[in-house]
Amino acid sequence: MFYREAGDFKTSYVDDGQTFPIRFDRYRYYAVLVVAFAVVPFVINDYWVNSIFLPFLIYAIAAIGLNILTGYCGQVSLGTGGFMAVGAYACYKFMTGVDIWIGGEQYALPPINIFFSVILAGIVTAFVGMLFGLPSLRIKGFYLAVATLAAQFFLVWLFNKWEWSFNYSASGQINAPERGVFGVAVTGPNTHAWAAYLFCLVFLTILAIMARNLTRGSMGRKWMAIRDMDIAAEIIGVNPLRAKLSAFAVSSFYIGIAGALFFAVYLGAAEVGEAFGISKSFLVLFMVIVGGLGSVFGSFAGAAFLVLLPVLLKNVLVSGLGWPTDLAAHLEIMIVGGLIVTFLILEPHGLAQLWRVIKEKLRLWPFPH
Amino acid sequence: MKLKLATLALGAVMAAAPAMADLVFPSLSYRTGPYAPGGIPFADGYADYFTLINERDGGIGGEKIQMPECETAYNTEKGVECYESTKGLGSLVYQPLSTGITYQLIPKVTADGIPMLTSGLGRTSAKNGTVFPWVFNFPANYWDGASVAIKHILDEQGGDISGTKITLLYHNSAYGKEPIRTLEQLSEKHGFELSLIPVDSPGQEQKSQWLQIRRERPDYVIMWGWGVMNQVAIQEASNIRFPMDKFIGIWWSGSENDVVPVGDGAHGYKALTFHNMGDDYPLYDDLKTYVFDKGLAAGAGDQHGSAVYNRGLYGAMLVVEAAKVAQEIHGTSKITPEMMRDGLESLEITEETMTALGLPKFGPEFSVTCENHGGNGYAAIAQWDAKAGEWNLITDYVQSDQEIIQPLIEADSMAYAEESGIEPGCN
Repeated sequence: MFYREAGDFKTSYVDDGQTFPIRFDRYRYYAVLVVAFAVVPFVINDYWVNSIFLPFLIYAIAAIGLNILTGYCGQVSLGTGGFMAVGAYACYKFMTGVDIWIGGEQYALPPINIFFSVILAGIVTAFVGMLFGLPSLRIKGFYLAVATLAAQFFLVWLFNKWEWSFNYSASGQINAPERGVFGVAVTGPNTHAWAAYLFCLVFLTILAIMARNLTRGSMGRKWMAIRDMDIAAEIIGVNPLRAKLSAFAVSSFYIGIAGALFFAVYLGAAEVGEAFGISKSFLVLFMVIVGGLGSVFGSFAGAAFLVLLPVLLKNVLVSGLGWPTDLAAHLEIMIVGGLIVTFLILEPHGLAQLWRVIKEKLRLWPFPH
Repeated sequence: MKLKLATLALGAVMAAAPAMADLVFPSLSYRTGPYAPGGIPFADGYADYFTLINERDGGIGGEKIQMPECETAYNTEKGVECYESTKGLGSLVYQPLSTGITYQLIPKVTADGIPMLTSGLGRTSAKNGTVFPWVFNFPANYWDGASVAIKHILDEQGGDISGTKITLLYHNSAYGKEPIRTLEQLSEKHGFELSLIPVDSPGQEQKSQWLQIRRERPDYVIMWGWGVMNQVAIQEASNIRFPMDKFIGIWWSGSENDVVPVGDGAHGYKALTFHNMGDDYPLYDDLKTYVFDKGLAAGAGDQHGSAVYNRGLYGAMLVVEAAKVAQEIHGTSKITPEMMRDGLESLEITEETMTALGLPKFGPEFSVTCENHGGNGYAAIAQWDAKAGEWNLITDYVQSDQEIIQPLIEADSMAYAEESGIEPGCN
C-alpha cells in the first residue's frame, strides 16, 4: 500500500533520477523537514536541545562523514575523535582570531563569523585528513586502522601540547565565546535553545543532501568501486589516489564540522583528551556499523540509536523506577552493549537494512502474495 | 530524520518530571568509571549530611531537602546532560566535583543564575567574585594547594630550596594543569627546579613516568591525580622505593582508597587537605543515631570517616549553612537560587559555628565577600600512617603565598572577563 511506484509516472530523466523517486517517500521526507524546521524549534527547551537534539544532530554529521570513508570507500578509520578535535580547535582559532607571531610582532586575523568559522574548520580538517589518508595508498584493512589510530593519539597529544592552539590558556581548555549569526547568539551561555538547534540543523541538512548526492554521483561510484575491489577499479580507470584521498578529504570535512559544532555549540568548553579521546572514535564507528555501512539514512539511525538509548534508559531506570544511579549506569552499559551485539547478529547490515526490509514489506502490505 | 518524530515522543515522556516545592540540592555524582574511588565517598558524604538535616532538624528552616542524584561518570557531556535535566527542578546550588564539568558549567550557571560551589577544585580564578558572581571556591583552591606544598618543602629544607628538584606529576587535563603556572612562579621566587610529567587519563599505566622520575631523581614529587591514577602512582613510587615522605599529593590524591591498596609501602605518604580527617567528631554521633542506624546511609555505607567522605559532609555543611544565611537575609524559608547566592556570598564560618555543628577544629575559619569568593587559602598537610591506618595532620593550617597567587588570580580572571565581555563589579 505504501511505497508503491504504481501510477507514479516519470516523464523526464531528471524526475527519474531524484533522491526520493517514490511519491510517498518524498512526501514523508518533506514532512520531516517541515517538522524539523517549523515545528520543533517552537516546542523545544534547553533540556531537549542539550540532551537530545544537539548530540543527535552533531553525531549524525560525524557519522555521515565516517560513513563516506568507511561505508562508501571501504577505508577503516579510528581517527574520528582526533579529526573532530582538529575541527574544534580550528573553529576556536577562527572564531577568536588566528594570531601569528613574527619577530615579536603579533599579526592577527579578526574573529570570523561563527558560520564561516565552522566551514573553515571543516576545510582545515579536510587537509589534515588527507595528510593522514596518505598511508591508505599503501596499506589496507587492519593496518590502515592502526595508522589512523596513530592519527588519533598524535592529534590529541598535539592539542594538549601546542599552546598556540588553545590561546595559551592556563588549563589547556578552549572556551567558546558568544558568537552569533544575524545577531542571534548560537554559541555561548546565552544561546536560546531554538537558535543552537536550528544552527546545527541547517548544517546537517545541507551536509546530508550533499552526501546523498555525492554518493549517488560519479565520485561515490568511484569510492564504491574502490571499496568493492580496488584492483578491478584501477583497471577500469578509477584513480585510487584521487578516489581515496577525496574520500578522506570529504569525510574529514564532515567530521571537522561535527567537531566544531560539538565544541562551539554543544559543549561550549572542551578539553581535548576528554572530549575527543579514543572513545569518541569508537562511538562514531559504532554508530556507522549499527546504523548501516554505506547508507546516509543509516548514519542518522545509528546516531539516534546511540545518543537516545542511553538517555532513555537513564530516564526510565533512575527517574522512572527510582533505582540507584550507579546500578542504572552499569546496567545502561550492559543493555546498550547487548543490544548492539543482538542487532549485529540479527541484522549485520544495520538499521538501514532493517528499514529497507520494512519498506519492501510495506510495498506489498496488506496483500503479501 | 524519520526518527525525530520518535524522539519527540520520547522527550515528552522524559519532560514529565514532578515539580518540587522543597529545597533542591542536586548531586552530580560519579559512582562508575575510573574516578569512582573518589566519587563514591564524596557522593555518600554529601547525601548523608542532607539526610541528617532532614531527619534531625526537619530540613533547613522547616523546609525539607531534596537531593536528586545524577550520574556523570566524570564525563563532561554527561555532566551537561545532568545539569540540564536538574536545573529545572529549582536547583539551589551545584557542586559538580569535577574540574572539567566546572569549566563547562561556569558560563551556563552564570547565564541561568544558579550558584555553584567548587570547594578545592574548579577554576581557581573564580575566587574573584567580581568576575565570577555565581561561582564560589572557598575555602581553598588549587593554587593555594600548590603554594602550601612548596611552603611545607621550604620548612623541611630549612627555608632554602634553591637547587632542589621538584617534579609535578599531573593528570593531563584542565584539573592537572591548574597548578603549573603557580609552581612556575614559585620556582622563580624560590629558585627550585621544576619538572613537569603528565599522566594521560585515566592513568592506570605510569611505568614510563616513574622510570623518568627514577632517572631524574627529584628531591620531591608533587602529585595532582584523581581516581585510579592515585593508587597506581603511589604503588609505583613504592616500587621504586621513592621516599614516601617526599611525595606530596593534592587533597584529591589523599584518600584511604589511594593508600590502602599499597599497604605498608604507602607509609609516610603526604597529602594536602583543607579539612580534618577521621570520624572522631560529635557530628558522627548524630549521623549514627539519625542516619546510619536507621538504614538511611547512602551507597554501601562503607566510606564513613574516610577523607573524601568527610569532604562530602563538609561540602554539604557549607551549602546548608549558606542556605540558613540566605533564609535569614531574605526572611523567607523558601529560598530561590538568587537568594542562595546572597547566602553564599555572606557566609562566615568561624570556630564557634563549626563547634556548634559538631565539627570542632574540622576546617579553617573564613568569610566570603563579593571580592573574595575563595576564602583565605589555608591548607594543612596530612600524613598517612599505614600501621594505624589513619591520616594525621602534621602541620597547622598554613596560608598560601598570597603575594604570588593574588596577581595570578587577578590576571586570569581579568583575561576571562575580557574574553567573555563581563563587566567586573559588585552589585
